[in-house]
Amino acid sequence: MSTLGTEQDPLLVAIVGSGPSGFYAAEALIKSDIAVKVDVLERLPSPFGLVRSGVAPDHQKLKQAIKLYEKIAASPEFNLIANVTVGTDITVKDLCESHHAVIFTCGAESDRKLGVPGEDLIGSHTATEFVGWYNGHPDYRDREFDLSHDVAVIIGQGNVAADVSRILSKTVDELKQTDIAEHALDTLAESKIKEIHVIGRRGPAQAKLTPKELREFGELADCSPVVLSEDMILNPESEKELEEKSNVASKKIYDLFCEFSKREIDSSKTKKCFFSFLMGPKELVGNSRLEKVVLEKNGLSGEPFKQSARGTGETIELESGILFRSIGYRGVPIEGVPFHENWGTIPNEKGRVTDNDNNVVSQFYTAGWIKRGPSGIIGTNRACSVETVGCLLEDITKLDDGSKKSGAAAIYTILDSKNIRHVNYAEWKKIDAKEIERGEPKGKPREKYTYIDEMLSVTD
Amino acid sequence: MTTIVTENCKSCRFTDCVTVCPVACFHYDDEMLYIDPDVCIDCSACIPECPVQAIYEGDDIPEDQEKWIEINAEKAPDLPVCEEQMDPLPGAEERKSELGF
Ligand SMILES: Cc1cc2nc3c(=O)[nH]c(=O)nc-3n(C[C@H](O)[C@H](O)[C@H](O)COP(=O)(O)OP(=O)(O)OC[C@H]3O[C@@H](n4cnc5c(N)ncnc54)[C@H](O)[C@@H]3O)c2cc1C
Ligand code: SF4
Ligand code: SF4
Repeated sequence: MSTLGTEQDPLLVAIVGSGPSGFYAAEALIKSDIAVKVDVLERLPSPFGLVRSGVAPDHQKLKQAIKLYEKIAASPEFNLIANVTVGTDITVKDLCESHHAVIFTCGAESDRKLGVPGEDLIGSHTATEFVGWYNGHPDYRDREFDLSHDVAVIIGQGNVAADVSRILSKTVDELKQTDIAEHALDTLAESKIKEIHVIGRRGPAQAKLTPKELREFGELADCSPVVLSEDMILNPESEKELEEKSNVASKKIYDLFCEFSKREIDSSKTKKCFFSFLMGPKELVGNSRLEKVVLEKNGLSGEPFKQSARGTGETIELESGILFRSIGYRGVPIEGVPFHENWGTIPNEKGRVTDNDNNVVSQFYTAGWIKRGPSGIIGTNRACSVETVGCLLEDITKLDDGSKKSGAAAIYTILDSKNIRHVNYAEWKKIDAKEIERGEPKGKPREKYTYIDEMLSVTD
Repeated sequence: MTTIVTENCKSCRFTDCVTVCPVACFHYDDEMLYIDPDVCIDCSACIPECPVQAIYEGDDIPEDQEKWIEINAEKAPDLPVCEEQMDPLPGAEERKSELGF
């Protein structure tokens, strides 16, 4: 009889990625009534995924989710193996040999393409790059953003587009006491941007940001929100959508846009943030550098809640030297793990990874953005990881193949043989303490290290 | 800014809200749930999950529900944490339709 899950023979689980979904999966395993050991692998020296490097620096309160992750990390069953990329530093096959199960919680780290001519001109950026840059993600540390233009264009009207637009709309004073990376604050201090255009494919009844985020645009120190009153006229289908009692958030957003459209523009403010609807990019024009964005007007068709936007052929042009596209993320495939090319996710059934023929792949599980696609906020990942761990625990008898697994020890042997410097949780806490210390004199919650070498030097 | 549970949760307690709370700050008694304002990070994840729209955030709290700010703050810390979905209280479905949802 299998003894897997007892004190003498704990279930060994490797989790790939230390964002919210990785931590919630670890939590669910640790809280279960069987004995487990959880090793969380993370490619950066710092844990917490997008809570650290995605969530906006001026939304510090949200980052307090980390307090809960710190409690999880303090459990004796938890072990962090950071600065290790699964797929290159260690293979998925290695993890299958060392652990009974592997949960992929590696997020959605690349962007969807617009698929329009000129997308790769200098000055056309992804929101991911900009967000990573201002949040001090080492991958984006040395990106350059030329903010010497008057007009910036943001394609998309979701949460991430709202973050990018708000950061561009704020003054240095509004940002300097956040944990925004120093290099970003210095560049933003020199910004000449006066107009920010936030372009939505559909109408004001379908914008996918939250009322709270939109409200912030009405309260900025030196920027006025601008919405045209004619854009507030809805088609009957959209009106129906807003009448639906369950659609209360969209109604609030629409009402806020209406309120903005009625405001007098405050001429004492230097910047304007325009929200424009029913438009999509058709072409980005320029001679190596972006000079102009051609937008095509859209019409909506379809039943309420199923309306899609289609180009009408009518175009307008916006002169602009910098554009950020924020139209969704996609996952990055890991060698040896099934991947759905179209969706950019790992195919799965309730978190059990499946192959191209929909057969469950034993030992493999997934949670978070790489499981569901890039939608949902921090807390959504908790329910998601709980579902996945539920399946994993149901499968426990199948996970015992009779062989002796050596867990973390086997991983360390491989990493050490390749001379790969790994970082444990205690070492991360040293980096963390130093960052907080660096922030103190500036009144910032922390000043992040933005190069991996810098982070590692602190742990020595 | 605070996020609070109000009147509509009474005798209902579907607890759809707790499954998405990133910091497990919902607490419960026999009647309803309460949010601990010292732990809540105002992420709004719970708001769209509630089938009877009992949860409000700061600027959206209707005037006649403002008393719940204090009630949540007072009750939550001493009550047990609700981390997983519980069974709705008996009669919850009826109450939901009574409330017009
Ligand atoms: C710009 C932005 C703003 C957001 N703002 C909010 C907000 O205001 N409120 C809110 O609630 N939610 C917000 N979110 C959403 C929230 O961040 C996500 O829901 C959540 O982070 C997804 O969790 P995850 O664990 O699936 O992925 P992630 O957080 O992306 O974590 C994945 C982790 O895996 C690691 N990894 C990737 N590949 C490998 C590999 N091969 N080997 C080892 N490690 C690997 C990554 O480094 C990362 O640490 C925002 C997201 C973005 C992008
Ligand atoms: S979902 Fe709504 S009604 Fe149900 S417990 Fe949560 S707050 Fe109360
Ligand atoms: S706002 Fe977020 S943190 Fe607060 S109770 Fe709701 S889900 Fe939990």
